[in-house]
Amino acid sequence: MSLLSKNGNEIIFRLILFVLCVLIFLIIAYPLYFIIIASVSDSTLVSTGHVLFLPKGISFFGYQEIFKDTRIWVGYRNTLVYTFLGTFINLLFTLPAAYVLSRKEFMARRALMLIFVITLFFNGGLIPTYLLMKGLHLTNTMWVFILPFSVNVFNLIIARTFFETLPSELYEAAAMDGCSHFKYFIQVAMPLSKALISVIGLYYLVAHWNDFFTALIYIRKNELQPLQIILRDILLSNQVFASGAGVGGDAGGYAQRYADQIKYGVIIVSTLPILILYPFIQKYFEKGVLIGSIKG
Amino acid sequence: MIFPAIAVILIFNYGPMYGIQLAFRDYDFAKGLTGGEWRGLYYFKQFMNSYLFADLMKNTVTISLASIVLGFPAPIILALILNQIRRKKAKQILQTTVYLPHFISTIVLVGMLNVLLSPETGIVGYLMKLVGLGDINLLASTSTFMPVYVLSDIWQHCGWNSIIYLAALSTIDPQLYDSAKIDGASRWQTIRYVDIPAIVPTMIILFILSMGNVLGTGFEKIFLMQNALNLPVSEVIATYVYKIGIVSNQFSYSSAIGLFNTVINFIFLIAVNAISKRFSNMSLW
Repeated sequence: MSLLSKNGNEIIFRLILFVLCVLIFLIIAYPLYFIIIASVSDSTLVSTGHVLFLPKGISFFGYQEIFKDTRIWVGYRNTLVYTFLGTFINLLFTLPAAYVLSRKEFMARRALMLIFVITLFFNGGLIPTYLLMKGLHLTNTMWVFILPFSVNVFNLIIARTFFETLPSELYEAAAMDGCSHFKYFIQVAMPLSKALISVIGLYYLVAHWNDFFTALIYIRKNELQPLQIILRDILLSNQVFASGAGVGGDAGGYAQRYADQIKYGVIIVSTLPILILYPFIQKYFEKGVLIGSIKG
Repeated sequence: MIFPAIAVILIFNYGPMYGIQLAFRDYDFAKGLTGGEWRGLYYFKQFMNSYLFADLMKNTVTISLASIVLGFPAPIILALILNQIRRKKAKQILQTTVYLPHFISTIVLVGMLNVLLSPETGIVGYLMKLVGLGDINLLASTSTFMPVYVLSDIWQHCGWNSIIYLAALSTIDPQLYDSAKIDGASRWQTIRYVDIPAIVPTMIILFILSMGNVLGTGFEKIFLMQNALNLPVSEVIATYVYKIGIVSNQFSYSSAIGLFNTVINFIFLIAVNAISKRFSNMSLW
């Protein structure tokens, strides 16, 4: 191969690469950007294709309506409670268990691991689980969001793999000084596991935040509904807001006109916390996968 | 220290397995789980003979196979592309962008599809009319449900799923690239002979796992995307189990269908794992 054609090859390669990257970027980013500009634009202009790059006919009516709606805030509060309490309990249950399973001298380690792993592939199914929750009187309580999911086997495996990489000399040295497993776990292993804790903490956090199936099946009380269920009512079941847009008899067209703007706004408002957190946690993603890559 | 975790798994994962016997019994509201009369395989036969059986199986298998066929290679290709970007800043921006949709909840994603694809007020509907594609309602048509489901799924998760391949690519010894360069390999050839072989083990493991879930297509998204018009192609086993079980209280029948689903999945997993073990020496266990 001559030098020239080799360079030509490289140039074509770079060109294709560049085009692909720009294409991928646009496909992912544009819909997200569009939602943002649509949420502050006049709905009629949006639906007739006039809003493509910049917001037009700017109005914050959608957001005003959202801030007036009490259901959203109740849902927000519930979801925050379930998410933070849930994640705390997740870590409280998962980390010590993973630590124990990572200790080679722990005899029942293989057998217990098998018991945990089986649940990844085999489960009782929807109805038996439902009847169990009913039997335990967990339905219509906040605990149904937290207790049944307090240990996720995937995250447990990730944590175990991580603890296995801690040098064993560390424990031996601590044990010489009379350190118990419990003390070692709290005072030595935990401070060394910040990356791990942020990664599986994030996995748990996002799972709780997005959970709507649990509420769909087990929660009937309005005051316990998480944000996702309320989002479904607004975004998918077309329930117009109780206050504001629904006032009076001639509100039909009015409501229709603003319904979409409200929907765009709701999408933004409900995704905002994750978007704010995102830049801070992004750097841990790849680290997390490296930690978690299952060996053999 | 491990006791709380064991307790949780035993109660909430193994507890329901005791309830599987419901699939073989008449559920009796007064007598509880074990009080009903033993009916053997009655409910399984009822399901297999029901007029819905063929449709449910067809929809479930079509949607999951399409998700695997299209969704499985997408993150691999994306990872290979990302891995080729030399400029650090550009790579970072693209990565940040492609991971982002993963954090959007299923409800919000389906909500986005609804507002964007709506034929009256959605921008996509408007643009389709503009280019003369007519006003097909993408969300309510039997022919477009599956493509919309699969493509939006790729849009949402492709980036996130590429992380694991990127991690695998990052473990490649830089010396391999150098020696390939000395041998005069073009960048196409390095992808072909260095990058791809390096991620094959990861690909196989993930492929086995996805085949083990072939009938377990995501309940949530399909359920949320369902409407009266697309129901003929969108009703899958998982949504049907929910409807007859939780909505219409036919506990035994619903349990039987759920169990049927789990067993088929399990058989798939074991079969694919065995095949892989035989031909590539790689397996989950």
